[in-house]
This record gives sequence, structure tokens and C-alpha cells, in this order.
Amino acid sequence: MSSHAFTFCNEDFLALPSGALFWPAQRLLCVSDLHFGKASRYALHGASVLPPYEVYDTLLRLDQDIAEQRPKAVICLGDSFDRVGASDDLDPRAREWIIRLQAGVNWIWIEGNHDPGPLNLGGTHMHEVAIGPIVFRHIALGETATGGEVSGHYHPKATVRAGNRAIIRRCFATDAHRVILPAYGTYTGGLNVNASPMSTLLATNAICILTGAKALPIPRSKTRL
Amino acid sequence: MAGFLPTLNELAEGPHEGLHTLYVSPLKALASDIKRNLRRPVEDINLPIRIEDRTGDTPASRKKRQRADPPHILLTTPESLALLASYEDAPRIFKGLKRIVIDEIHALADSKRGDQLMLALSAIQNMCDGLRRVGLSATVEDPAAIAKYLARHPDPCDIVMADPGPDPDISMLQIAEPPPWAGGGAAYAIPAVLDQIKRHKTTLIFHNTRAQAEIFFHNLWLANDDGLPIGIHHGSLDRVQRERVEAAMVRGKLAGIVCTGSLDLGIDWGDVDLVIQIGAPKNVKRLVQRIGRANHRYNAPSKALLVPANRFEAVECVAALQAVKEHELDGDPRGPGPLDVLCQHILIRACAGPLDPDTLYREIKSVGAYCEVTRASFDDCFEFCATGGYALRAYDKWKRLLQRPDGKWILRDPRAAQRIRMNIGTIQDTDTLKVRLKKSRGGKPLGEVEENFAASLTQGDTFLIGGQIVRYEGLREMTVEVTRRADKKPKIATFAGTKFATSTQLNQRILRMFQQEAWPELPAHTADWLTLQRGASILPRPGRLLIETFPHEDRHHTVVYGFAGRNAQQTLGLLLSKQMEQLGYDPLGFVATDYATLFWGLNPITDPEALMNPNTIEHGLEQWLAGNALIKRTFRASATIAGLIERNLPSQRKNGRQATFSSDILYDTLHKYDPEHLLLRITRQEAMRGLVDFGRIRLMLDDTRGRIDFMTLPRVTPLAAPMFLEMGRVPIKGAAEERLLAAETAALMAAAGLG
Repeated sequence: MSSHAFTFCNEDFLALPSGALFWPAQRLLCVSDLHFGKASRYALHGASVLPPYEVYDTLLRLDQDIAEQRPKAVICLGDSFDRVGASDDLDPRAREWIIRLQAGVNWIWIEGNHDPGPLNLGGTHMHEVAIGPIVFRHIALGETATGGEVSGHYHPKATVRAGNRAIIRRCFATDAHRVILPAYGTYTGGLNVNASPMSTLLATNAICILTGAKALPIPRSKTRL
Repeated sequence: MAGFLPTLNELAEGPHEGLHTLYVSPLKALASDIKRNLRRPVEDINLPIRIEDRTGDTPASRKKRQRADPPHILLTTPESLALLASYEDAPRIFKGLKRIVIDEIHALADSKRGDQLMLALSAIQNMCDGLRRVGLSATVEDPAAIAKYLARHPDPCDIVMADPGPDPDISMLQIAEPPPWAGGGAAYAIPAVLDQIKRHKTTLIFHNTRAQAEIFFHNLWLANDDGLPIGIHHGSLDRVQRERVEAAMVRGKLAGIVCTGSLDLGIDWGDVDLVIQIGAPKNVKRLVQRIGRANHRYNAPSKALLVPANRFEAVECVAALQAVKEHELDGDPRGPGPLDVLCQHILIRACAGPLDPDTLYREIKSVGAYCEVTRASFDDCFEFCATGGYALRAYDKWKRLLQRPDGKWILRDPRAAQRIRMNIGTIQDTDTLKVRLKKSRGGKPLGEVEENFAASLTQGDTFLIGGQIVRYEGLREMTVEVTRRADKKPKIATFAGTKFATSTQLNQRILRMFQQEAWPELPAHTADWLTLQRGASILPRPGRLLIETFPHEDRHHTVVYGFAGRNAQQTLGLLLSKQMEQLGYDPLGFVATDYATLFWGLNPITDPEALMNPNTIEHGLEQWLAGNALIKRTFRASATIAGLIERNLPSQRKNGRQATFSSDILYDTLHKYDPEHLLLRITRQEAMRGLVDFGRIRLMLDDTRGRIDFMTLPRVTPLAAPMFLEMGRVPIKGAAEERLLAAETAALMAAAGLG
């Protein structure tokens, strides 16, 4: 199996190699920071005209994860759109694709700092959502959560030194109280898990689960800045 | 200086309004040096001539004043000139310009900087009447080609040959001990080099890479019992440190300076009377340039000594010596002007005002390097600048360039001009991190290392920088913090630098030399080695490809003597190992040098023709283009020049890069969704030269097609033996990175008691 199974708040979870989180008991799939429309924001600001395929590429991966896991519910954990209004600018093909993915699924858009407003797309729009012992929100709260918290926002990545080379991967960052999801969108960068504020947010015994061909766990203390 | 005489004459004859002469050099330092040397005579005879320089280091206030009121003579660099030409008031700035002098034109003509300069000139030429261009160089292998490069196409260009002066006094440094079989350190030569330093006023000791310079300098210091004043100078050192060494040189305070290409060009520092080249020069033109650093007095020969770092380099050094004596310079024709530079030029022209594509196309065709660019290629570049040129037309709303009703094109967002100007230039700065001594309040800066090298360090690792051994303590705010160590040996040699590949001409000369019956000109140890090879196998021949195969330590080894230069042999290693896998030879790894690639694997090679089939190798390149790191680096360089991605600004890098994402993602996305996009076509063209250098593999295949000398031998041959000692062995791996990572993470989890 290329996913990594782990227990969080006494519940079993799967960290998928794509960067999505799956909760088998709830048949819930969670992805964060899709950043649809990032390329068009660059173009809008006259910075540069990046290859405009990132929406399709992100959707292609999401489509695969949904086809494999067959979730009942999908949570997009904020910053699904790169700016307010980006959902209006989706081309018809991308819009239809999203609608197709939403069919028969309880779809929840959590709002993020990039997309705080309502979207003109189906699904439920929420600030945060609690399911069982776990709260899903975009930005982790600074204070220690009493239950469990799943969030995104920071785009965690980790650097591992292996065989005389440094390998950098997007990763999940987890401790007893929180899971921080990697950015799922194609055009997204990352923040090292040892850099502030993630360095202080996470417990010292935090585990990183690297994405790639396989989901690979590693203690955060063994990763590099 | 001679280049300025007509300028001074004309300016002395009567008053001139505004700019009269532009001087362009590849080095900032050269511009300011010429300013000093030119001002002196002008002030001595009280000529009313204003002379100023303008480079990246010029303060903004002076730049502004220069735009409003240009001096008579402006000394600048290609990048600063392109920037100046991007302003709306460029026609006013360049009004009255009569002459443009390009110094060290051979150095510019070898690079995209020269292409950018020539494009900028095509624009400036149309702003001024009767502008004359002058190019200066002491090392040009093909004057007619440079003349075509310099002149407005199709205008003719006069070539004036100066008296070359006496031939240099150049020879091999005689050392009793033979050089080692492999490696580049040349530690065996330390006593002999110290002896030469003692016997001369100032000696420049050239190295091909910064790493080699650092190691040599360190060893030199350990053996410097007489306390000779010796310094080190290379591009990775902190500017303050470099300037200190330069100043000491000018004052004649240094007996020896260990250096790299950073001292190849330009300024005459102090009284250098000897040049020592450590390691094979790889390229005759560079050697001649370096020899010229010694003794700049007219009519006195320059003195230079060559020191091979290993046995094979002894052959290379002698071949280079012969080439210098026969005045045969090398250099590959550069081919047509690269399109990424053209894209940047289109954007720069758009900053300067409304654009008419037809006029711009005619203007560009007047540049020698671009005289054959087709209208279709130009239109592709223009379309890329305007909309990105994607198969998916997503940006019709947010074009970068808009067409006005009068047919001319303008920037949609005028603020974009600022960003375009900030990204002018074709020099690729590799991602580097500053190195500082660890102190409470930011210690002394020592220099820079490549980011990849920094990422491979763990606390406690020691390495060399600026001739000191330092210990890696950690990263802080994108700075590598180190402490001084008194160790004798660094744990990790040092950071990588540019590795030159031996030129085609030099390699051909070596192949011809191999055909001699005896080698009286070679040191005895090297001649004996070649004789042994002739007995055990054969020596490689021009126009044929030698492949040796032999068993060694339970593995089957194969050596392909392609003589295509290090980069091409490395690429050949990657391509042939795929081929070997398909042919069932089960290769395990390879290592490449300038002249050959050595493979090892489980099965012996039986069908060399199938292995070297040009069609399958070419096809392999196409597949390889998809995912290789070298290709992604090539893509990043072209994408930055063409204006798809912005240069990494220091301020952006500090904030942890959460917002920026790697150009590899863009490459993968384009490759997947838009494989025929202009930038991927440019990347493929670029792969023919540079780090991938597929052009030379093709040349080698064309040159030897079907003519393979296949030798099946019982044991390692003399010529192959040194390759077993080479560093940089590449394991062949399919999903190796994943395996490596899986093993490493499992071990670390286990170590933490979590396995």
C-alpha cells in the first residue's frame, strides 16, 4: 500500500501519497490549498503568463483520489481558490469537472484567507466544521487544541538528507493534537516544517509524512531546515 | 586605449552635444578601470570631455542624471545598456551617438550576453545616424565570424589585425614526481609551484574550478614554510575579500594569487611575470587569454607554465601547448541567436514604447546572429510575450501586450515595465547562500556556496572557503553560519563549480597525437603509459569509435571513448545506460570523464552496433528530456530569460518561499499539457549545448558512424585504469530516489523508536 495509515484522536486515518487525507470510518476525503486560479492571478497583475493548465492538473489528481477512495464527503480545507472571484473565472470545462466530482458527494468548502467570500459553486460553505472529535479549519489555532484539529494553510514541506542529496517533499505534519495538510494544488510552494510558525505550532515529537510515489513517515526532528 | 583615439580626436576638434561614444565591456571592473585610465590623459591636456561609467553598482541618483544629461563617453555593460535602451526617452539619450566600442568581444560573443547586446544595438542604431561599431579582442579564432556577429547585417565589416607581438614563452613545469592517475588536485606539484613563486615577482596560479582553487590554496599554505604572501581570488568569495586581494596585487604586495576565471579578463593587476595553469586548460582560447595576463609590456613575451593534474592531462597539456605554438584557437560556431533572449528583447522594446511587429522584425534581422530568424519564429516569440502562446488560450482577458487600434502593441499594464526592467539580463545566478562566521551579531562574511551544497551539510561537517577550514553550524535567515576550525583536512572537499569540457579541436588534436609512433614531446611516464595501451589494446583513432569491454571484479566493464567532453560523455552515460537496460546488459553504474564513459554491469556487451545506434540514442534523448534534472535547470534558465518566471530576488527568498513554487512544476505541467510550447522547443535547442551538450554526441556519432573498434579484452586496459579512480560515479536507478528515501525514512523512524 502506498498510503500511510496512522491513528489520530483514536481514529484511523490514511495519508495518501497525493497529499489528501482519508478518514475511512467516515468515508471522508480532505484536501487543502488547491489554489485554483493562481496562474490567472499572475496574469491579471501583469507579472507573467504561466502555463494555464494548473486547474486541470489539480482536478485530475483530485479525480483520481475520489475514484479510488469513493468518499461520501469531501472537504476542501480553504484557499481552494487563489483569490476572491477566481471561481467566476473558471473556464466551463473546469467548472463542469468540479460539478461532476460533486455528484452524490457531501461537498464542503471551508473558507481560507485567499477565499473568505462565498463561491458560486455547489456544496456547503463553512468557516469550519466539527466531525466527531475533530475540527476541520483552514488555519491551525495557536493554542493547544483540546480535541483534534485538521488544518492546511502553511503548505508544509520537509527536507530529508538521503544518500548525500537533499530531497524536498510536500508533507503532512502531525502530532497528538493536529494534522497540517500539504498544499494539494499544482502551483503551490511550501514552507519548511522547521521554520516559524510551524516550528512552534507543532510538538517536538511531531511526525512528517512525505508525499510522492509513496507516503513516507519521518520524525520532524530528523528533517532539515 | 587605442579604441578611444578616434573618439578623443573628434571630441577635441569641437564641442559635441550629448553622448558621443559608448564603451561596453563584459566586466563592471573593466568599465571603471578604463574610466580611470581614460580620465588621466584627458585631464592632463585639459580636454572638455566628460567620461562616466554606468553599471549595476552606479548609484541611482547618478544614473538619473546620466539619463537627463548624458556624458560624452559612457562606459557600461550589456545589461546596463539594455536597461538604458528600455526607457521611453532612449532616442533622446542616444541622440548624437557616433561610436560604440565593444571590448573583449570574443567573451561576449560566446554567450547570451552578447546576443542581448547586439539586439540592443539594433534598436539604438535606428535612433542615431552614422553610428559606427568597433569590436576589440586579442583572442578570436574566426575573425570573419566575429565581424559578421558585430556588424549591422548585411553591412560589411573591416577586420584590422594588430601585431600579435612575440610568441609566449610557454612550457610544462618540470616536476620529478609523476602526476597521479586521476583527480584534479595537483598536490604533487606544490613544492615546484612554491619554488616558481619564489623566483618571480608576481605569479598567477589559474585553476579551472573554484573547488580545485580552494584545495590547492589550502595545500599551498600548509607547505608555505617561508611565509610567502599568497592570496586567493574567485567568484564565490565575498566582494570585500576579493577587493582586498585586488588592491594588494596592484600594490605588488602579493607573490602569488591562486585564482579562477574571475581573473581571466580585463584588468592588468600589478606586475605579473608568470602564469601557472594547474590542470589541463580544456580550451586553447582560454589558455591564451590566461597566458596574456603575464607581462603586459609591449614586445616582451608572456611566460607561462602548465601543470597537468593527472596522467591523461599530461597529454592534454602538450596538445594545448602545440595548439598555442601553431596559433590554432578553438571554439564552436554558436549557431543562430537563441530565442529566449529574443523574447526578452521584445519585452524590453515594449517598455520603450508602442511596438510595430513588422518594424521590429526588420530591426532584428539586422543582427548577425538573428539574420536568419524566420517570421514564424519571430511571431511565436511575439505571441509568447503577448499571451504566453499556450495551446489553451486562457489569457485573452489578461494579455501582457495589447494591440491598439493603430496596429501598434503596448503593455496592457504600464506597471509591468518596472518588473520587466528588473529582470533584464541573461546571466544565470545559481541559487547561492551567503556564508558568515557565527557571531551574536552577524559575523564576517566569507563568501557564498551553492544552495544544493548547503542543503547537503549537517552540523559538524567541515569545508573549505577562502582558504580556511570552517565548520557548518546551521542555517539562519538564509545564511550559512560557520565557525573557524584548525583542522588539517576538511571533511567535505568543497562546493562544486563550473566544470569546463575539453574543446572539440583539442580532443581531435589528442586523437591525432595518439597516432604517432612515439611521443618524444610527452613526459616519459605518460609516453610509457600510451605504449602499454598500444600493447594491451589499441589507442583511439580519429573518425572511429573505440569501445573496450573487459571483466573486472565480477563485473563486466565497458569503456566508450567518445572524446566528446565531460558534459556530453555524462549525457552519453545516462542515455546508453537506458539502452543497455533495454538490451539486457543489466548495467549498474557509470562514470564519465572528458574523453570516455566507463560502464559496469552484470552482462558483457555483445552488440556494440545496436548499442550505438544513433536513432535509438536520439530517441532516448527525447524520453530523457521529460524528467531529467539537467533539463529542468536548462528550462529554468530559458524561462527566466524569456520572462516566464521572475528572477529570485533576495527579499523574496527570505520569507521562506511559501508563495513561490519551483520552476520544475512549470516544466512538468508544460511537458504534460503543452509539449510543443515555444519554451520547451527552446529548452530542446539549449540541450544541444551547455550541461547536456547533446550537440557533441551527435557530432561524435556522425563522425564515427558505423566505424566502431570493438575490443574484447581479458583485463582492465591502461587507458581505462584511471577511470576506476574517478569521482562522481553515477548509480543507475529506476525508482532509486524513492528507494533511497524509503530506506532513509525507515531507518530514522526506527532510530527514533517509532519503527
